[in-house]
Amino acid sequence: MDSFTTPLLAGTATGALLLIAALGLALTFGQMGVINMAHGEFLMAGAYTAFLTQQVISNTDISILVAIPVAFVVAGLLGLLLEMTVISWMYRRPLDTLLVTVGVSLVLQQLAKDIFGAQGDPVESPGWLDGNVDVFGYNWPYRQMFTIVLALVSLCVLAALLKYSSFGRQIRATVQNRDLAETVGVRTRVVDRLTFFLGSGLAGVGGVAVSLISGTNPRLGTTYIISAFLVVVAGGLGQLKGTVIAAFAVGIATAFFADWTSASMAQVATFALVVVFLQLRPQGLFTVRSRGLA
Amino acid sequence: MIEIKGVTAGYGRTMVLHDVSLEVPVGGAVAVMGHNGAGKTTLLRVAVGLIPVRSGTVLLDGEDVTGLRPSGRVRRGLGYVPQGQQAFPHMTTLENLQLITTDRSAIDEVLDTFPALRGLLGRRAGLLSGGQRQQLSIARTLLTRPRMLILDEPTEGIQPNVVAEIEEVITDLTRRGDLSVLLVEQHVGFALRATDRYSVLESGRVTSSGEGGEGALDAVRAAMAV
Repeated sequence: MDSFTTPLLAGTATGALLLIAALGLALTFGQMGVINMAHGEFLMAGAYTAFLTQQVISNTDISILVAIPVAFVVAGLLGLLLEMTVISWMYRRPLDTLLVTVGVSLVLQQLAKDIFGAQGDPVESPGWLDGNVDVFGYNWPYRQMFTIVLALVSLCVLAALLKYSSFGRQIRATVQNRDLAETVGVRTRVVDRLTFFLGSGLAGVGGVAVSLISGTNPRLGTTYIISAFLVVVAGGLGQLKGTVIAAFAVGIATAFFADWTSASMAQVATFALVVVFLQLRPQGLFTVRSRGLA
Repeated sequence: MIEIKGVTAGYGRTMVLHDVSLEVPVGGAVAVMGHNGAGKTTLLRVAVGLIPVRSGTVLLDGEDVTGLRPSGRVRRGLGYVPQGQQAFPHMTTLENLQLITTDRSAIDEVLDTFPALRGLLGRRAGLLSGGQRQQLSIARTLLTRPRMLILDEPTEGIQPNVVAEIEEVITDLTRRGDLSVLLVEQHVGFALRATDRYSVLESGRVTSSGEGGEGALDAVRAAMAV
């Protein structure tokens, strides 16, 4: 049983991390179509925010809870800054956006190295996350369970926002038909900026979760960015449920491959699996049908 | 009221409209007719703000809105029903309407105009028929409470029984008195019945204009035959 539950539960936690990283991308890439390679650095910004919050609030039981909204705002503001200064000039020019955001990503990594050093810093987990629970012989750490809860809460909040709020309807309208949205009174430029703020902020929240598991690191973002893009594409662009399933599928598959082979071979095998899947189903897991509508 | 003054506009370096002037007075209704490619839709898109002008101005209730984005013009009382029964396909009929307002009484009011939509509120707009989508498009625009309504071929590609219904609604709107209407329409007879003035556009220029009404039918057909 242990050879099944260990990769399943550890993989679920990895999937949850991927999900938080991919949720923001599902907005900025899946919905808006912007290829932002600096998205991983917003994850890193979230991790460093958790570290800095612990320097200010030494009580780790509280600091991590404070770090989550602060990381959301810090990463969100970084995203907003990037959108206003760079990306807004490059809408409908995906290749240019990709190249420029790779540059921004490198600049942010170097900035983090200069400020915090190349080695990275540990983020202490709060007392209430120390310990684990026995599930069929696997000692499942509370930290991993916390990651899953955080991912699911982020998902529910985002889904509810998109579905039930006026702002959510404006995001969906802008994504589905920008010109039409403008002509019914939606200020699409404002919506673009707020969407970028939201998507980047979610990456910041993901960064807090990552920091609890692996600490901070200037290159932390690069670990997740490719996997997060794969998750969004495999799930189907513009589809949150596809992103959720793809994130957990990739996380769990990677954990099983790692159990059977090695960690690096598991990455290769998972990527190969996703590539084969996309060859068979290029539109991803889910697509939305409509009656011949533009 | 909208005044389009000496507008030259197009796509990239290709100009489609050349020094076009047109005015719809308060409470008036003007039909713009012409063959395919004459520049009718381009003219409306300029009026709405989707295409920038190379030269000329667009005034809405006397205010120069030439540099204003479409959403800004909507807030100043301009409503636009685009060509092609456009809706937000992955949103339900109700969500399409709630994009403008969540005020249930306002939504009920427009649903009274298009009762067929009542039973389709939970259906995704992408799954509606062309006629239903066009009704939704007009209903959604009416929810913005426009003082100047612009319609681009509202009956194009719609089954005949729904066309009659849409024509009736548009004719009622043009008779309201508090609403100015600019209508682009291929069905010349309907366009002239529904409006009180017409302009014929050919190759991006206004070549003819005059009083509307069914009496103008021969004059318009002659102008369009040139």
